[in-house]
Amino acid sequence: MKKREHRETVVAYVCLAPALILAVVFMIVPMIMVFYISFSNWDFVNPVKNFVGLKNYVYIFSDEKFLKSIRNTLYFAGVKIPLDLVISLFVAVLLDKKIRMKKFYRVSYFAPVVTPMVAVALIWIWLFDPTFGPFNQILSFVGLKPLKWLYDPNWAMPSVILFSLWKGLGYDIIIFLAGLQSIPTHLIEAAYIDGANSRQAFFKVTLPLLSPIVYFVVLMGIINSFKVFTQISVMTPRGGPLYSTGVMVFYIYQQAFENYRMGRASAASLVLFCMVIALTQIQKRLGRKSVEYS
Amino acid sequence: MMEARKSVKKSWYVHLLLFTGTVLMIFPFIWMFLSAFKTDLDVFSYPPKWLPSTWTLENFPRVLEMVPFVRYYLNSIVVTSSITFGQVFLSILAAYALARLHFPGKTAVTILLLSTMIMPFQVTLVPMFMIVYKFGWIDTYQGLIVPFLFSGFSIFFLRQFFVTIPKDLEDAAKIDGCGYFGILFNVIMPNSKAPIGTISLFVFLTHWRSYLWPLVVTNSPEMRTLPVGLKYFVEEGGTQYNLMMAASLMAIIPVLIVYIVAERHLVKSTTLTGLKF
Repeated sequence: MKKREHRETVVAYVCLAPALILAVVFMIVPMIMVFYISFSNWDFVNPVKNFVGLKNYVYIFSDEKFLKSIRNTLYFAGVKIPLDLVISLFVAVLLDKKIRMKKFYRVSYFAPVVTPMVAVALIWIWLFDPTFGPFNQILSFVGLKPLKWLYDPNWAMPSVILFSLWKGLGYDIIIFLAGLQSIPTHLIEAAYIDGANSRQAFFKVTLPLLSPIVYFVVLMGIINSFKVFTQISVMTPRGGPLYSTGVMVFYIYQQAFENYRMGRASAASLVLFCMVIALTQIQKRLGRKSVEYS
Repeated sequence: MMEARKSVKKSWYVHLLLFTGTVLMIFPFIWMFLSAFKTDLDVFSYPPKWLPSTWTLENFPRVLEMVPFVRYYLNSIVVTSSITFGQVFLSILAAYALARLHFPGKTAVTILLLSTMIMPFQVTLVPMFMIVYKFGWIDTYQGLIVPFLFSGFSIFFLRQFFVTIPKDLEDAAKIDGCGYFGILFNVIMPNSKAPIGTISLFVFLTHWRSYLWPLVVTNSPEMRTLPVGLKYFVEEGGTQYNLMMAASLMAIIPVLIVYIVAERHLVKSTTLTGLKF
């Protein structure tokens, strides 16, 4: 019996060894290192790395670009998440009805989600082109003033948000649709029997029952908004006019891989991490009221 | 009954809304498809032409001439397949140990593996890069592949399914003379085809579109993966939009085919994993 237990332990650690080694080298050590580097002046050019205390933090918090990158990230999250929530919930409710061509609709709404970000961002660069792009053509066709889109400091971020909405909408639609389909129909029918109209049934029955999913979508929205980088880097390679689309990950990327300031980049990374933690905690407090049903 | 009649009567406006949305969603794809066959003259005509005045196939060979597009493709295939195969295999092993074996230190190992999921990759990017740099793996396949062979998410995703397999099956295999690995390969894995398939698809799609890491870890054009190659193509190619659309079309087509064929499976795996690729 003893021997068997011993053998089981050996087998278990043989199975776990590769995962454990990789986890420590590429995850745990970097997690510790990021704190350490943020307090040092590691810059890749100079081999000397000294402990510099809070100098990197002081630097980034007095760097106009970093402060702007925080504002830009909050702008991105603050505009994108609510719009995404309302539109995707609306579409999901429509798709939940008994209608024909459901599959066709679902396929087309989900298509941008599966296609690679960079490839579709290329298309939108052209769509946004002030002179040769179709968006401005459509605007002037309906009698509106053409925009400079990605080249206008006030419109660059809204343009990127518009693209990101298009790219991500299908995902939340699918999540909401799955949620709607899991709501027992007898609960909604009961509301109708009690004399509710469809609007009342939606706001008083469906939406409260959906609240755990709304919570999930908002949480993922916050986390993903703070990680946004690819579309920024492809559509506005310099962070947009007047750094109007420079988000936090973009700032980290520039500090680390353009200026080789690893200390400053690490400090900014940790600020990003703290902000995500703080925001998700706030949301957890607010979202406690979510309804459970069986 | 009443509900059903109501939905038929109202369905025209539902269709109108959904169809308008669909047009907005697929318009960029249609624009890309049409524009990949436009001549240079059509691209820079004002106002923009929606249909090519003459359809040309020239753009595709031109892209292949300007950048090592085939090489990008091969790099993406090699890197993504290696990560998918390696990560899923290592995760199966680890998940098996966590789900079915008893050993001292299990709690500590579980906590260690769980703790890797606290920080998003973007936060540890800089030290991860420095470790890979120390290993001399910048601009190599190892550098692109090895850091992603571990994933806490994949391990715990599989573990969830492995624990649900009845102990009886395992005991029966033991009586038939199966060892620990025999049980893994003959009992656990055949009974977990669906979750293994789901996680493989998920890992593949995640890394097929991966951008930030290949961007920082590659220097030479020969090592670039498809997303990074496309990014530099835009930067260097400027506003040759028809060529950009041809490149984009070549990058999207295989994904779109896989998507249309496996749509049901993909949507299911999205709702199951709850993660965005």
